[in-house]
Amino acid sequence: MMPSVRIESLGGGLALLLGVVLMTAGCVTINIYFPAAAAEKAADRIIDGVWQLPNGQGKTAPADGDRQ
Amino acid sequence: MKRSAIRLAVTWALLAGASGHLQAQGNLEIDTPAIASLRASMQQRHQQIAGHYESGAIGLTRDGLVTVRDASQVPLPQRGRLSALVAAENRDREALYQEIARANGHPEWREQVQATFSQRWIDKARPGWWVQQADKGWAQR
Repeated sequence: MMPSVRIESLGGGLALLLGVVLMTAGCVTINIYFPAAAAEKAADRIIDGVWQLPNGQGKTAPADGDRQ
Repeated sequence: MKRSAIRLAVTWALLAGASGHLQAQGNLEIDTPAIASLRASMQQRHQQIAGHYESGAIGLTRDGLVTVRDASQVPLPQRGRLSALVAAENRDREALYQEIARANGHPEWREQVQATFSQRWIDKARPGWWVQQADKGWAQR
């Protein structure tokens, strides 16, 4: 068993270390948080291009490859 | 006194770091060669698929993909071509979601990217196209 005196002397350092660890964890959490608004913007850009919606070249001509 | 000053400095540095991360999130990276080639492939395929969205032969699913919704809209001999189109489109879409997550350094974002696209495909669907509802039923826009 560790002497309790020693633990107390480490208390301040431990608190500081804990603080740093928690802050770092908070930072990491923010960093990996899914950027929903940015994803929506990216999706819109790609979909407008694929479907040729107004941002791009106006209306898509109806498919002529479909002989129905 | 000295220690609390150090603590303050450490806190400030970490907060500054965190806000730096936030600022870096303004846009997602979508300009990679892999993503560009998927976009081009899907855009080209759209010429052949658009008519099927209009007829209802193909519908937009809730999970960001497409499916054969009503094959009877297409003459029997062309149904093989229809399912091939759907399969190719879904392959590109799955690859696109994965590539976007990967290009941004977070492969684990794939599902969230897919969920975002799924909502936007449906929101942007043209009038007359068929989209899948929350209860899996179909509705025409």
